[in-house]
Amino acid sequence: MEKTLYTITVFSENTVGLLNQITVIFTRRALNIETLSVSPSAIKGIHKFTITLFTTKDAVEKVVKQIDKRVDILKAYYNTDEDLVHQEIALYKLATEKVLEHGSIEHFIRKYNIRVLEISNDCTVFLKAGHYEETQALFEELSKTIGVLQFVRSGRIAITRSKVERLSDMLENMRKIEEKQ
Amino acid sequence: MAQKINGAHAFMQALIQEGVETIFGYPGGAIMPVFDALYDYSDQVNHILTRHEQGATHAAQGYARVSGKVGVSLVTSGPAATNAITGIADALLDSTPLVVITGQVGTALLGTDAFQEIDVVGITQPITKWSYQIRKAEDITWAVARAFYIARSGRPGPVVLDFAKSAQSQEVEFEYKPCTFIRSYIPVPAIKDEQIEKAAGLINQAKKPFALVGQGVILANAEKELLEFLEKADIPAASTLLGLSAMPSDFRLNKGFLGMHGNVAPNMKTNECDVLIAIGMRFDDRVTGDLNTYAKQAKIIHMDIDASEIGKNVTPDAPVLGSAKDSLPALIQKIKPAKHTEWIDSFAEHLKREQELVIEKELFPASGEITMGEVIHKVTKATADSAIVVTDVGQNQMMAARYFEYTKTRSMVTSGGLGTMGFGLPAAIGAKMGAPERTVCMFAGDGGFQMTIQELGTIMQEQIGVKMIVLDNRFLGMVRQWQELFFDERYSFTKMHNPDFVAIAKAYHIDGQIVTKREELDGAIADMMKDDKPYLLVVEVEQKGMVYPMVPAGTCVTNILLGE
Repeated sequence: MEKTLYTITVFSENTVGLLNQITVIFTRRALNIETLSVSPSAIKGIHKFTITLFTTKDAVEKVVKQIDKRVDILKAYYNTDEDLVHQEIALYKLATEKVLEHGSIEHFIRKYNIRVLEISNDCTVFLKAGHYEETQALFEELSKTIGVLQFVRSGRIAITRSKVERLSDMLENMRKIEEKQ
Repeated sequence: MAQKINGAHAFMQALIQEGVETIFGYPGGAIMPVFDALYDYSDQVNHILTRHEQGATHAAQGYARVSGKVGVSLVTSGPAATNAITGIADALLDSTPLVVITGQVGTALLGTDAFQEIDVVGITQPITKWSYQIRKAEDITWAVARAFYIARSGRPGPVVLDFAKSAQSQEVEFEYKPCTFIRSYIPVPAIKDEQIEKAAGLINQAKKPFALVGQGVILANAEKELLEFLEKADIPAASTLLGLSAMPSDFRLNKGFLGMHGNVAPNMKTNECDVLIAIGMRFDDRVTGDLNTYAKQAKIIHMDIDASEIGKNVTPDAPVLGSAKDSLPALIQKIKPAKHTEWIDSFAEHLKREQELVIEKELFPASGEITMGEVIHKVTKATADSAIVVTDVGQNQMMAARYFEYTKTRSMVTSGGLGTMGFGLPAAIGAKMGAPERTVCMFAGDGGFQMTIQELGTIMQEQIGVKMIVLDNRFLGMVRQWQELFFDERYSFTKMHNPDFVAIAKAYHIDGQIVTKREELDGAIADMMKDDKPYLLVVEVEQKGMVYPMVPAGTCVTNILLGE
């Protein structure tokens, strides 16, 4: 079966050890996580995980069900890129001396829409937000022209385009169940 | 304001609030405050001291499986926790409600490689429904309430509470509130009308329906509903290993046992039926064989409480998510009464063939050495098919699954998913504690019996009336069978030189005898059954017995070896 890049979104209670519970599900099926991003969600006490991986539809479906089954997981679902607005952030550390020698910060700002976060005697730091291909293209150009001292890229964060808000629906549903008791 | 008590006492009171009457355990350093508190509650809680922590978890499993209650095991930290792992993993695979409490070093020592410290939560997360470390006394009642709720609700399973020693000694006010709701957890999904409609539609159109009965029926207490469902639409059915005893053996529509060593007819009919109705089972590879050739001609209805099981191995045409307790009555409403006489009668020719080629020879051999099957048959008949059977793993297990018979539910306790050798003896102890009014017969091979043989000490101390039958073939029989069939009879390390088991039992003051001749067998079984005391019956059975029928692993379910 064909492998595609899938984005898994997981909402969980903020309890110790949840990341481990999630990652062992991937480990067991020998699935490699491409990117992982974890942060507090809009709702206090609920954390959001965004995980990307290359795999088959069959495998991603099974993994998501296994994740969703864990007691402290509120909701897990998956999407492909078409369903999502997604973003990554990259930071590039360059030698200021080389940047000045090259003399074209304007070029990078215009072409890549970068922000300059820091300029000191020793180093200059660029920030670029974008898709993987975009942050990668800048990295490649900088490597060839100025040279990159340090490079770091965040995991993907993503928002679905659809009208359905699965976490709010789930929480609403659970609130009704609790009320009934 | 409530009076303050220490964490260990709060813990004991919480267990009592959860209805715990029996604990299987083993004390040690990091759990000593709890054992000290237990001393004050010995009139309310019966603690059984096993001889090994693995035994404590298996005993708790046996207790849970026959009683439907949560099995509880209480052990210390480090090696005790790692010894308990096998039982915890076994309980996860076989959906057994268990709360295992492990001691842990004090919070100040956590993460320092302290004496007998091990990362219990980290180790047990992949093999539990929930694993939690109690680090402060205020968490005790919350954690205990949640642990029992999670263990017993929905698809049951094991929960681990890793209890830091410092929290056991902290003072705390005791106030208990049972857990009935967790916002991130839906134990019993509500059934959906459209799923019931679709499944009922398929059943109503079926000419050759066939039902597969799993443990989900027993766990949901839906045995009565199952029989009503099968009767109404006249559907023949067969059981998975863990589904055995959900239907009485003599039930008209009960067509036997499924899978690798199952009956011929149900395996053949799986690939002949037009609608296959799986109820509370998970299409394990020991049931399905090769999935690419499994029931391809049939419309498949999969009823299960666990959403992650639906579509895991077999993609159903009609999934029915929910408890069998809800979905079976809903289906009964929607299905029409039917008769499938010709289809049901067609099972008989396969049974006849199996009877001639396998069963007669196994149960009623005229000469030669004693067979496993005949011992099991005689024992089940000696109990009028009313006993609980507990098995170890291997040939003894498959023979018991094939030939033990049932009149009551929750009568078969075996390690199905994990296939744990050494499970039998401690699980039988737990089963007898969980159903003291019933006869408990344990079958083990000479291999598995020696894996947890130290539990004879538990039986001696507590005088637990387990009837132990060791089917001694001086081989690791199932491995030997595979070596004979698939490894050119190269019997690599499967031959066993065994001790005098009866003498060992005698050393534990347990009565027993060894039978080597067929004519002694009936008398020995009668002797074993004469009272409710523990008894060890060792039967020297044929060395190279085979369990047939057999579907070789990973092949089509109709590819059945009969040992012709």
